[in-house]
Amino acid sequence: MSRTALLCLAALAAALVYPLLVPNYLVNIGMLMLFTAFLGQSWNLAGGYAGQTSFGHVVFFGVGAYTSTILQVTYGWNPWLAWPIAMLAGGAVGWMIAVLSFRAGLRGSYFALITLAFAEVFRILANSVPFTRGGLGMLIKADQRPENFQFKDSIWIYYLALALCVISLLIAWQIARGRFGARLVAIRENEDAARALGIDVFAEKVKVLTLSGAMCAAGGTFYAQKYLYIDPSIAFGVDKSVEMLLVTMVGGAGTIFGPLIGSVALTVINEATRGLASVVPALKNVQPLSLVVYGVMLVLIVARLPDGLMGLFRRRPRHA
Amino acid sequence: MFDPQIIFAGVLNGLLAGGVYVLVAVGLTLIYGVLHIINFAHGSLLMLAMYAVFWLWRLLGVDPYVALPLVIAGAFGFGWLLYRGVIGRFSHGRDENILLITLGLSIVIDNVALLFFGGDTQTIDVPYAGLFVEIGAAFLPLPKIVSFAASLLLCAVLGLYMTRSDTGKAIRAVAKERQGARLVGIDVDNIFAISYGIGIACLGAAACLLMPSYYVTPTSGHAFVLVAFTIVVLGGMGSFIGAAVGGFIIGITEALGGLFLGEQLGQIGISLIFILILLLKPTGLFGSRA
Amino acid sequence: MLEVRELSKSFGGLKAVDRASLDVRQGEIVGLIGPNGAGKTTLFAAIAGFHAPDSGRVAFEGRDITGLAPHRICAAGMVRTFQITQPFAKISVRQNIMVGAYLHTADRRLAAREAEAVAETVGMTEQLDQLGADLTVAGRKRLELARALATGPRLLLLDEVMAGLNPTEIVEIVGVIKGIRDAGITILLIEHVMQAVTSLAERVYVLNQGRMIAEGTPAAIADDPQVIEAYLGHGAAKVLRA
Repeated sequence: MSRTALLCLAALAAALVYPLLVPNYLVNIGMLMLFTAFLGQSWNLAGGYAGQTSFGHVVFFGVGAYTSTILQVTYGWNPWLAWPIAMLAGGAVGWMIAVLSFRAGLRGSYFALITLAFAEVFRILANSVPFTRGGLGMLIKADQRPENFQFKDSIWIYYLALALCVISLLIAWQIARGRFGARLVAIRENEDAARALGIDVFAEKVKVLTLSGAMCAAGGTFYAQKYLYIDPSIAFGVDKSVEMLLVTMVGGAGTIFGPLIGSVALTVINEATRGLASVVPALKNVQPLSLVVYGVMLVLIVARLPDGLMGLFRRRPRHA
Repeated sequence: MFDPQIIFAGVLNGLLAGGVYVLVAVGLTLIYGVLHIINFAHGSLLMLAMYAVFWLWRLLGVDPYVALPLVIAGAFGFGWLLYRGVIGRFSHGRDENILLITLGLSIVIDNVALLFFGGDTQTIDVPYAGLFVEIGAAFLPLPKIVSFAASLLLCAVLGLYMTRSDTGKAIRAVAKERQGARLVGIDVDNIFAISYGIGIACLGAAACLLMPSYYVTPTSGHAFVLVAFTIVVLGGMGSFIGAAVGGFIIGITEALGGLFLGEQLGQIGISLIFILILLLKPTGLFGSRA
Repeated sequence: MLEVRELSKSFGGLKAVDRASLDVRQGEIVGLIGPNGAGKTTLFAAIAGFHAPDSGRVAFEGRDITGLAPHRICAAGMVRTFQITQPFAKISVRQNIMVGAYLHTADRRLAAREAEAVAETVGMTEQLDQLGADLTVAGRKRLELARALATGPRLLLLDEVMAGLNPTEIVEIVGVIKGIRDAGITILLIEHVMQAVTSLAERVYVLNQGRMIAEGTPAAIADDPQVIEAYLGHGAAKVLRA
């Protein structure tokens, strides 16, 4: 067994016993960390591997969250059954945005900006149309039973986040080692050369954004079930898009473990600034400080360390 | 339910708002036209300039209009330094990387503002804030009329500067053909820094003109960034006339959108225009490049 | 095998290619030469589907492929390389070549094996684990060739594979190209340098200002006054002959 595989197993074992050993608030932090890594991975497939930088990935998250919540609250569906529908909806929106944007030949910054605008359109719509209840948001009735996708003990939501994170890693691994991943990387590195070598660039890009959208939408449903409340600015706010992009870029875009590493780093920075704030009373408000650190890291990493923190571990890619 | 007079008032209000948008968009389009970078930090820098105006008033009692030359100069200096210190060093390679760097900057600026200024909404209470001018059925706030006129005047001054002064000519030469400009002895890096500085100086001016009738919070930048991009894309990236025409179109769209669709849904017009232009005519109304 | 008939392509008002025709027969190495800016690369791009031609027709193995997307043309068995090399910078040579090999197999191991075999053909076995970005000019040219070969083409369009190489490297790559032809792959190659073509091609087409001005064996072409003038300027043929 390779060293990497051993390391993965050890990390998985640690993640499994972690919530049994620590107080509740740390379980919650761990859950958020794994969940952010999951969302980051959905961004990473399109933005990291295929190089299609998106500034509006939250649109898929929000579509997922609203789809399952509306099915549940308005139509009385079981949330577990609504989950796959939410993923289908996210995939469909990903497909639509991809077909429209890539058919129009948008690349690079233009693609990033149009995704931002799509997210904004969805946010405004969610704020205005009756079936989302507008700015009031939607409340899911608390009914803490597992068959209802709600858990009394937060350890279960932690394990669910862990499962999502592991599945997302497996998906990324499976893609990265195979033909699909090779084609995405080729498209990222050079679209013309990819085209010359027989790759249907348009179709591959549409495929990856559809997949990414479905994954991200799954995260939306998870989020809604955890907090039992969504509103337009949570579900379609630019902050979540930026978070997905940040953890992936910082951890290492286009690497399997990048989003996870980035999410760990974000959590560590968050907790460190929180610790600092308890010592320096002037820093009452912690959230902005950690984001300042993160913004600086983003600038430095884009400029100097294109493989993110992963680049520190391994400078050369291993061959397939 | 909407008689022509109300629509007329809406259009007038939109035009007035558009005047300041033009100034913001001209800065953005100048930076794009010369440096070929998309300055995602544009909204955040405007927010920062608005805070500068606010604090000048709050701490020193400087009237926003009086502060105009000072804030323009300060914004130019800040932009120049930002280019020399950060953007210029990294503004190479893939365009989305530069976009990410300016995104990183905007995250830093937004959160530094939140850290130091708090999340409260700040306004300036000037004696002339409540004055109105009556045109037909429209009551127009005096500060908005002043800002409209001043911002067009400033755009005209900038236009003259670009066509008449040596620096302006050098900037246009670099925008057109940077290799050629380098060959004839223009210090291209310096022109880049100056252009970025001028782009940010436009924001400084816009901040002074906005503050008497507007408010600022650390998230004010978000409100402007998509608007500014929409104007620039609509007018054509890099086109000055495009930015001017686009600014008015967006101002009116916003006003009429709010009138017909309501406060919430009314905002959708801008995003939809942005999307449709990119999908259907990415060169915009006056742009030459795709 | 390849038939190009009366193909034209303009950009703005400029006629880059003006009613150019050419034929490539199975098993040949055909050269396409011409001075800088003659429209060679544009013609290539139009043949390989990168530009839709304004008029004219391209047929490959009897099938009309005019205006087909590049990936379809590649799948049909005709692949191009780029004059300005376009390596996938952040992945290894092996992974670069595998991208080509994946055209006809989804199996990773098979693609990797094929990549290694192709690397051997072009003499890149030593560099398999280097990054695309770290290759020398000669290495990049070979990689272009290797990736294209890995797609399993029957016709290979090579755009100035020898430009920028030193004499030793040229001799090596000429050997590689001959080997590829001997393995049964037909080749159409663009060269700016006439000499490089004469050592390889059996037939040569000459393009000047978008028009095909001559066709024949390398020896015949070298004596053609029109060709000499195209290269050396008006009146040059007369001077040379005197």
